[in-house]
Amino acid sequence: MTLIKTSYNRRSFLKVSGAVGGGLLLGFNFLAGCTPKEIEEKIAELEMPENWYGMNGFIKIGENGVVTIMSPNPEIGQNVKTSMPMLVAEELDVNWQKVVVEQAGLDTENFSRQLAGGSHSIRLGWKSLRTAGATARRMLLEAAATKLEVPVEELTTNAGVITHEASEQSLGYGEVAADAVGLEVPEEIELKDPKDFKIIGQSILNVDGRDIVKGTPLFGMDYEEEGMLIAMIVHPPSFGMKVKTYNKDEVKALDGIVDVLELDTDYFDEMPFARNAFLKNSMVAVVGNTTWEVMKARRALKVEWERTSKAENSSDHEAKLTALLEKSTEPARKDGDPEAAFKNATKVIERTYSAPFLPHNTMAPMNFFAHVTDTEAKLVGPIQTPQMTASILANVLELPEENISIMMTRMGGGFGRRLYGNFAFEAALISKMTQKPIKVIYSREDDIGNGTYRPAYKVKYKAAIDENNNLTALTVKGAGAHGGPVWADRFPAGTVENYSAEDSSMETNISTGAWRAPKSNFIAGAEQSFLDEVAEALGKDPIDFRIELFEKAKNNPVGEENDYDPERYAGVLKLVKEKSGWGQEMEGVHRGVAAYYCHRTYVAQVVDMVKKDDKLVIQKVWCAVDCGIVVNPTGAKNQIEGGTVDGIGTAMYGGLTFKDGVPEQTNFGAYQMIRHTDAPLEIETFFVDNGIDPTGLGEPGLPPIMGALANALYKATGTRYYDQPFSKQSDVLG
Amino acid sequence: MAIFNLNINGKTTEVDVAPDTPLLWVLRDHLNLKGTKFGCGIAQCGACTIHIDDIAMRSCVLPVSQIDNQKITTIEGLSEHGTHPVQKAWIEHDVAQCGYCQTGQIMSAAALLKDNSNPSDDEIAVAMDGNICRCGTYTRIKDAVKTAAKNS
Repeated sequence: MTLIKTSYNRRSFLKVSGAVGGGLLLGFNFLAGCTPKEIEEKIAELEMPENWYGMNGFIKIGENGVVTIMSPNPEIGQNVKTSMPMLVAEELDVNWQKVVVEQAGLDTENFSRQLAGGSHSIRLGWKSLRTAGATARRMLLEAAATKLEVPVEELTTNAGVITHEASEQSLGYGEVAADAVGLEVPEEIELKDPKDFKIIGQSILNVDGRDIVKGTPLFGMDYEEEGMLIAMIVHPPSFGMKVKTYNKDEVKALDGIVDVLELDTDYFDEMPFARNAFLKNSMVAVVGNTTWEVMKARRALKVEWERTSKAENSSDHEAKLTALLEKSTEPARKDGDPEAAFKNATKVIERTYSAPFLPHNTMAPMNFFAHVTDTEAKLVGPIQTPQMTASILANVLELPEENISIMMTRMGGGFGRRLYGNFAFEAALISKMTQKPIKVIYSREDDIGNGTYRPAYKVKYKAAIDENNNLTALTVKGAGAHGGPVWADRFPAGTVENYSAEDSSMETNISTGAWRAPKSNFIAGAEQSFLDEVAEALGKDPIDFRIELFEKAKNNPVGEENDYDPERYAGVLKLVKEKSGWGQEMEGVHRGVAAYYCHRTYVAQVVDMVKKDDKLVIQKVWCAVDCGIVVNPTGAKNQIEGGTVDGIGTAMYGGLTFKDGVPEQTNFGAYQMIRHTDAPLEIETFFVDNGIDPTGLGEPGLPPIMGALANALYKATGTRYYDQPFSKQSDVLG
Repeated sequence: MAIFNLNINGKTTEVDVAPDTPLLWVLRDHLNLKGTKFGCGIAQCGACTIHIDDIAMRSCVLPVSQIDNQKITTIEGLSEHGTHPVQKAWIEHDVAQCGYCQTGQIMSAAALLKDNSNPSDDEIAVAMDGNICRCGTYTRIKDAVKTAAKNS
């Protein structure tokens, strides 16, 4: 049991008017897998109560015992709308089948960190969400004790019912909720021992699962209001341009078109994380009644642009990154004397790896709804950073922040792109200028062409081997657009006596930002491919070689600031080795392995590749994961499977190139995405069971697979793959 | 603008739109059938998949004027409560991550099973190849299609 301090505002415990919001954002758990007749019966059974009692913002208990749990964070496909309410429900001790999940809007009074990013939602919500459930349960118990006139210590709860065993009395939560909200909030409460968990650790189906398969309008793209107009935006065709003139009157006269206007967005210097994104951008918006009318009108729009900065080419980026790798810089970390070790080496391995810019390619292109009036702004849509978006909007619109509301819809993918709400600002500005409710929709070309891309990277690894066949030095030197990819204190730091890590940054006017597992989404593949080559040069098994390095980091680490736990790292390698039967020769199966740590989670993967009709096929991917306690196994596995497929697709095919500042692949014809026929035939995931507090899963499944894939490709083809996308080298997969 | 009488989900529906309007936008903007999704606009991602006379088609490039009296089925017409075997299998396998592409995936899978009640792994992959999922749920989709085939 853990004692934990609570810190709730008294006002957050009260009777709340109005039932749960419209059907749009509700998730009914109990409907999964029911027949139509059962659904009708169950809906009738679950009558919505007239009165709800709100407890600490997360929980609303109806007088009939129905419990609504708010999901505070944006849902981008990482399944937090299911897993976060599970944490509340666990400590509240309710029947999950009677829980209704509701997506919270931006609400800084009741919730902290309403953000989807960094795979942090479960890790950072682990205590606060359980505390919310436990506090409410404690207050319900106290209210029941008073009502039954028994000591609170003699009461127990189970599935939303409070029982006093000695007197054989029981009360449902709904019967005491009205009294409970009037009580003092306890200053300290106890949390359950993990061995007593009933909901955490169960595979609970996605609360929106049924609505998703029915096509219920859950997404920002589906949102509509009376009188709403559609806006599409013609952004500069190339980075580093602004609007000079355009044929406003001609386009405005077209069928269904209401307005054509120019927007200036110089607000973006305030946006953290993204670099150069939309900074001092200018654009033309076409506003009309229906999407197709607006799509047609924008084709008739002729804009003359003027150049404000250089038109860059991918070949320039390539040359600049290569030059940076040759330039000497101050290492971010240096252990021992790498120069001396290289001088004394009998063998030196030096390899350079590269990867291009990447768009996010969320399946739903960017979109947002805004209705701005003189006094307030209402925004609805998919955004990973509602808090930051509201505070920037307050400046852009010159409105007090409390007059800005943001309702979060389900997101048709995030992957980092929806951290940067330029599309929401655009919607708000257009609404302000037209005085109309507006939904901005990007076409796919707008979406890919106006991204906050994963930076292009290059990295050079060097290893020294001495006459006794020992790895004596390892150096890494990286370069990337708006910052390099190297984590100086992560593995292999701490495992080699002589080590150095350097990083340098290339300036560019191409916008960059976070993309699923920033930096790791490149460096993991490079590092893990390089270590495979080093193991081969040493004549060692690639898993045994890595485990030896972790033994060194555990027993006799080099340096003090090593940002990983060598035991947990080795643990996932040992688990994947055991489960995959690594080491056994299998006729026709070519295997590659990799392991990586990011977002506080450890993942090891083995790729089994086979040849089928002259094509290489990934027969199976074995994944071993240490994320501590697994909150929801089905959702957790889905994240790892998704990261695996996404990582394979990206390493094989992903890449955006620029010609004269213009992105060259702006739709799924020219831009290749992984498809069904290229996907692994099977993915199996195993979790380390260690009872440690949980960490994130949205990102860690992606980085190592790029290394495991490259290493399997080497076994299958005899060729090492250094430059992403690998299909550029040869189209071998699928 | 012109009047079109469309047979959608078993009902005849009249719309007054420009003849070149893709069926996708007729469904979404004029008939409030939002389950058919916009993904790419060039028939490459499959998010807008519907059935025309039981054949899977991409509605984003299909002008409304090219449809005569063929039977149009959207995800909303596949079943009233999400109980088509393919939809049930999708829930059971907990397929969705972000969920945006899944209605299109389901429409492709339902058309496949109508044509081939017991597809092999390869046949599933080939039939579903026009539907992209950035979240990477392909292995679950394949398992769900097999479950649906068993339960159809």
